[in-house]
Amino acid sequence: MNLLLCGVNHKTAPVALREKLACLIPDVAHAYNHLKSWPEVSESLLYTTCNRVEVMCVSETPDEAAARVREFFARHPEIAPGDLDESFYVHRDREAVQHFFRVAASLDSMVVGEPQILGQVKRAYREAAAHHATGPILNRLVHKAFSVAKRVRGETGIGDHAVSVSYAAIAMAKKIFGDLAGKNVLLLGAGEMAELALEHLKGQGAGKITVANRTLERGVALARRFNGEAVSLEELPEQLLFADILISSTGAGDLLITRDQVKGVMRRRKQRPLFLIDIAVPRDLDPNINDLDNVYLYNIDDLNEVVQQGWQHRRHEATKAERLVAAETLKFLLWLETLEVYPTIIALKDKAEAICRAELKKTLNQLGPLTEEQRQSLEVLTASITQKLLHDPIIFLKRNRRPRNPHQELDLVRRLFHLDPDRNGGIPEKD
Amino acid sequence: MTDFFLYLTLIAYFGATGLWLLYFLAQREGYYRAGAWVMAGGLACHTLALIQQAWAAGALPAATFGETLLLFAWALVAAFLVLIWRYPIKILGTLVAPLAALMVSGSLILPARQGVVSPLLKGFWLTVHICLTLTGYAALALAGLGGILYLIQERQIKSKRFGFFHRRLPSLSQLDNLNYWCLTTGFPLLTGGIISGSLYAQHTLGRFWSWDPKEILTLIAWLIYAVLLHERLTVGWRGRRAALMAICGFLVLVCTFVGANLWLTGYHSFASFIQPP
Repeated sequence: MNLLLCGVNHKTAPVALREKLACLIPDVAHAYNHLKSWPEVSESLLYTTCNRVEVMCVSETPDEAAARVREFFARHPEIAPGDLDESFYVHRDREAVQHFFRVAASLDSMVVGEPQILGQVKRAYREAAAHHATGPILNRLVHKAFSVAKRVRGETGIGDHAVSVSYAAIAMAKKIFGDLAGKNVLLLGAGEMAELALEHLKGQGAGKITVANRTLERGVALARRFNGEAVSLEELPEQLLFADILISSTGAGDLLITRDQVKGVMRRRKQRPLFLIDIAVPRDLDPNINDLDNVYLYNIDDLNEVVQQGWQHRRHEATKAERLVAAETLKFLLWLETLEVYPTIIALKDKAEAICRAELKKTLNQLGPLTEEQRQSLEVLTASITQKLLHDPIIFLKRNRRPRNPHQELDLVRRLFHLDPDRNGGIPEKD
Repeated sequence: MTDFFLYLTLIAYFGATGLWLLYFLAQREGYYRAGAWVMAGGLACHTLALIQQAWAAGALPAATFGETLLLFAWALVAAFLVLIWRYPIKILGTLVAPLAALMVSGSLILPARQGVVSPLLKGFWLTVHICLTLTGYAALALAGLGGILYLIQERQIKSKRFGFFHRRLPSLSQLDNLNYWCLTTGFPLLTGGIISGSLYAQHTLGRFWSWDPKEILTLIAWLIYAVLLHERLTVGWRGRRAALMAICGFLVLVCTFVGANLWLTGYHSFASFIQPP
């Protein structure tokens, strides 16, 4: 029994190819019908994200199964057979488990540590389960992957640091205000980044939103989108009294707010903290404002610096996460090995029981009439002899999970007890 | 028996220090929770030790520097546990636990009382005076420690260089709120301590105020806190300035507590509490 993971991801395939492959999947039922119709594959799980299309499966004949999956991928009419040559990868056993854990823990993502991927895998698993495509091995693998992802998130700081400018602004705001609920936001000018930040702030429960723009119409339109209020630039000093967070991104050539202005406002604000974000180039806000107490000014370079540090931090934490994944992979493989032992144990017990029954029948026939008690003690006798005899081999199989060559030992036990009668087992029948 | 409980206390406080240090480094919630339980266990042992001492002495044990240190450590830990129960500023434990552990060690190392406690030190109002002052000190000490954390975090945010502490420290507003809560709790307690003490002095010595070093230093600290509280409430002083003031006040309190007891003399110094046997 082998684990097999094949597919393409953002490292091996261009987006055009990934898109086409992802199109194969939307009809999940159809895809699983295919997967389940192959005799080579006993369990399967299919998942796509914006960065990957992968199939995880359990198979007795991995090479044939991999070829089947590849064939399935190549079904798309717009995919040339050569397209998959470079990009299609096949991971087996240890690599497959490790790869799957890394995907769930967001270590294989384009943006390492992004939290969405786990949800996508979870949804894919629900779909697979609904189509009865998974079995005992994949079920356990997927649940292990979820717990690995949870541990990675909890025990490393992989998702802690912002890696985009708008998130960096939110992260800084949180370090200043703690909770952003009810904090008023003042938007100066409009721009993509400012709107993105505003979107995030809204998500954090920000309070009143005010937009000040040179052209009032654009300001009104933007304010309407965020349920805010539009004001003119002339009202700016007055508006500064009520805002907690200011995002400035006008195209103005000179400074809009000076240090002295803010100083005066701070006194009137009773020193309530003020977070100013200046993402305009050239800058809108006097850089000296940052010297004032309880005022924090960040410009675009500062935020980029935060983002750079966030990336560094994530890379650093990712190495910790890789160690965790490696350890969990080993644990899973150990479990998988014990799984291989069970059919042999069952076969051993079955064989012993069959012998018991046959011999008992012969003996009982020979002995003639016996009392029920005598009969029972004979049964107990035979059962306990076989049990005791098999005890050590079974313990050997279970405990000796990691011999140098597990298959060889398993094979030896099977041959020793002649558990595969249809196979000659290497033992000469006759001299 | 008292010593037994005190050693247990000491082990618990050092244990909590270790756990909270781990929490600080690894940021894992489990360490923090374990630390809080260990600390609470330590406080229970500490309480038992104090009760035994008080029982034996027939009064609140505050006649030597060591005894008072022990009382103050108790107040600090109790105040901190109340604080984190209401407002979880977890990282503060990393400062409070070692401080408490050191104070308990100090009280074990310092010479024990020899001789008889002055009868002046037994009395209801004196007990009130000691309790109020020490709990006040404890709350204000927390404000001072919080101030240190505030300054570190503020420095990092202003300079835009995020080091080791940035991620581990709470937000500025949380630290500033800590300053406010501790101030509004500690200041009335300290005031009550001063008033009850001066009433007791009038009752026993015949004068409210004797200008001895401890009284003067406490007055200075009280003035610092009064100014801070007033400015906080009227003009809205907060942030860095409030943190600096809280640290200043805390330093003056440390001088009052340690300096005035060890190096300066006056009727408030511990030397004058003991009568030769």
